[in-house]
Amino acid sequence: MISRQPSRNRTTLRECLECPTCAKPLESRHDGCRFLTDVANGCRCRIRRHRSQGAIRQRLLDLGFVPGVEVEMVRCATLGDPLEMRLGDYYVTLRKREADLIEIAEG
Amino acid sequence: MATTARDITIGLAGQQNAGKSTVFNMLTGANQHIANYPGVTIDKKVGSYRDERGRVEVVDLPGCYSLTSYSLEERVTRDFLLREKPDAVINVIDAASLRRGLYFTFQLLEMGFPVVMALNMVDVAESQGRSVDADQLARLLGIAVVPTVARKKRGKGALRRAIRNIAGGDGFSAIAAESTYRIDYDALETPIAAIEGALADSKTLSRVVALRWLAVKLLEGDAESRSLVRQYHAHPDPVLDAVDAAARDFEAFHAISTVDYIASCRDRVAAEIVGRCQQVARPGTVHLSEKIDRVLLHRGLAPLFLVLTVYLIYEISIVQGYKLTFLTWPALAWVRATVAGLLPDPGLLHDTLIRSLSLWMVDSVNTLLNYVPLFLILFALIAILEDSGYMARIAFILDRVFRSFGLHGQSTLPFILGGVFTGGCAVPGIMATKGIPDERSRLATILTVPYMNCLAKIPLYTLLVNIYFTAHKSYVMLFISTITIIMAMIVAKLLTTTILSGRETAPFVMEMPSYHMPTLTGVLRRAIDRTWSYIKKVGTVVVAVAICVYVLLQYPGLPGERRDHYDAEMDRAVTAFQEQTRESDYAALLQGPRILELLNLSAAYREAKLAAGNQEASTAVDVRFEERHSELFPLLRPRDAEARAVNRALRNLATDRATLRTQIREETIVHSYFGTIGRALEPVTRFAGFDWKINVALISSFAARESSVATLGALFQEGADENITLEERMAREGGTDGRTPLHALALILFFALYPPCLAATIFPSAW
Repeated sequence: MISRQPSRNRTTLRECLECPTCAKPLESRHDGCRFLTDVANGCRCRIRRHRSQGAIRQRLLDLGFVPGVEVEMVRCATLGDPLEMRLGDYYVTLRKREADLIEIAEG
Repeated sequence: MATTARDITIGLAGQQNAGKSTVFNMLTGANQHIANYPGVTIDKKVGSYRDERGRVEVVDLPGCYSLTSYSLEERVTRDFLLREKPDAVINVIDAASLRRGLYFTFQLLEMGFPVVMALNMVDVAESQGRSVDADQLARLLGIAVVPTVARKKRGKGALRRAIRNIAGGDGFSAIAAESTYRIDYDALETPIAAIEGALADSKTLSRVVALRWLAVKLLEGDAESRSLVRQYHAHPDPVLDAVDAAARDFEAFHAISTVDYIASCRDRVAAEIVGRCQQVARPGTVHLSEKIDRVLLHRGLAPLFLVLTVYLIYEISIVQGYKLTFLTWPALAWVRATVAGLLPDPGLLHDTLIRSLSLWMVDSVNTLLNYVPLFLILFALIAILEDSGYMARIAFILDRVFRSFGLHGQSTLPFILGGVFTGGCAVPGIMATKGIPDERSRLATILTVPYMNCLAKIPLYTLLVNIYFTAHKSYVMLFISTITIIMAMIVAKLLTTTILSGRETAPFVMEMPSYHMPTLTGVLRRAIDRTWSYIKKVGTVVVAVAICVYVLLQYPGLPGERRDHYDAEMDRAVTAFQEQTRESDYAALLQGPRILELLNLSAAYREAKLAAGNQEASTAVDVRFEERHSELFPLLRPRDAEARAVNRALRNLATDRATLRTQIREETIVHSYFGTIGRALEPVTRFAGFDWKINVALISSFAARESSVATLGALFQEGADENITLEERMAREGGTDGRTPLHALALILFFALYPPCLAATIFPSAW
């Protein structure tokens, strides 16, 4: 489920995915899954599954990237990486490389 | 019950950024010390306080998000809890991010500890419109919950009472200690129960840990839990096989791994609890922190603010801080003069060893202590950056840059402590690398931090900058740090692509803390702690090195015939003086050892007159000298023609003596061990513009970087007895030698890329 912030709720889901600020082009995907890097600034999505293992996965889970949780993409750093996300009431930064290992659920 | 039973030990645990250390400070006050956990270099902060029933020892555990065995902090915390079994655990939790904080609380409760929750920063949560009902939370979890604002010392008494209630050993409090709270793992409950049953076969195991916790950990695939089973269980293999089978089956059936499932169960329960005890007053409002970040972390403006911050730190600490040294120098000069007064009087040409060695030590230490105010300001500013939360933003902005060189956003703090902002120390910098989860980046950071401009390099920089680049201090310092960063980055890149390329890497996943107003005490405490560790280093390493350097600079000493030559010269000067004064009324006074006494007295008198700031003090000096040396005083301050003539002759003699002493000093160093090496290197270093004096300073700074300035201070001694600063002395000599800013720059660059000091070399090898 991907939705816009209430203030910008007129933007469609398609526009949201294509808003290019930090997003990565979609054609690199082979399996049609969407990942956290596909989410544009100000957009929200839900975590579906982790593709990482071990320490990285544990760290992401500890910081609240738990399946089913809603995540909002807040911003990216000046050079486009890392990304800052909002999970409920706190903020977490992670690199694109890790964000790319988090599958998100589609609407 | 015995009185000792009332003394208790409690662990203080919590996630990072929950304000754990402020709670620790609030509970224990100044009564803290730092110990070590066995085998690791993480500091174990232990503090204590007394309440009406006895002593309470508080152990500040490293901040960690969870109790897995992936990171060092988590392992240390877990080992402490399992092995030392504290009487209770205080769980510090950030009221403003309660949901995630509860993950950790659940794990503590599963381990079976009596837990007191310090619901910290309730004021922040309230201001964000998300106040937490502490009583409701306590009811839901079955533990004591104390709302605190540790920064303002609110909740201290209540927290202490709660601790005593739960761990005091009283009959009725045992009820509170037995939290019956259980997280419902739903579909995993059956396998958990089965594993728990299998584990219960081992009686030792059930004494060591809570079995349900262990069962959950095993299903999470935790490596250390497996070794616990192997260690204590009589038949570990069937149990572990059963765990693996259960995890496999679960994953196949539910299409989600047990790790994810356990995490989402905890998250679900946490969300339920938060829903029942937290009222969100204004949903959808944007936090103040986020509003600030919209400006400070704005994609285009962020680098600008970063550069501005760095520049401000230079300006305040180095430029303004340097002005403070004008205030501290007279105090240090006074110390030197006092020490000089206590020591045996100087000889005509040659001083006793005790005098020259002691003064050498005082000079060495003084040169460094002179910069203490500067470091104090610098460390305070860094503490403000850390406490306010901007440090994490710097990591965020710079991570991409660091990553291209194989480093990590969290390398920022080690580099800053190491001295990017000019002035740090490689040792705390290296210690701070423990926060970097990525092994390759951590090693690369450890190996490049010594390139930073540590405290010990700063005195030399400040010295040279103040002599040669007075007009552009900030810019030159900025240039120095830029060039060192560039060099460090190149080295880091080389290391990570070559010898470190096989090392494990880890993610940059970091919580962005909310902005907080730093507290005065917190900032001061950290600034003073770090400055103190610097002073301790001065007191140990530098003093030890200074003695070695002294020996290497003074021995083997002057060759016999040169010594005789100088003695003869001095005799000639003394005889000339006696000739000139033979006819005067004072001739009787001016015989043998009295001449030396007079010389030393007149030097002391001149110094005292110089030190006297105003007319009154000057008169006081006169009175004092007249009282103590009534016989010789007329010669110091001549009132009649004869005395004036003697005084003139005396001054000539003093000049001759000073010239001879300088010549001796220089010749001694030329003939010394270091001088020999320094001069031997001169044909090579000449191309960089280093003369042998600089060579000697550089050689001695191998042992400790601090020694370079101390050695220079001793080498450029002309005028040291007049208490003028080393800057002036070096500028005076440099001017005659034709040294230019270019020479200074070459020296600065060489020093920037110089091998690390002994302490920084020894330290990482202990890891």
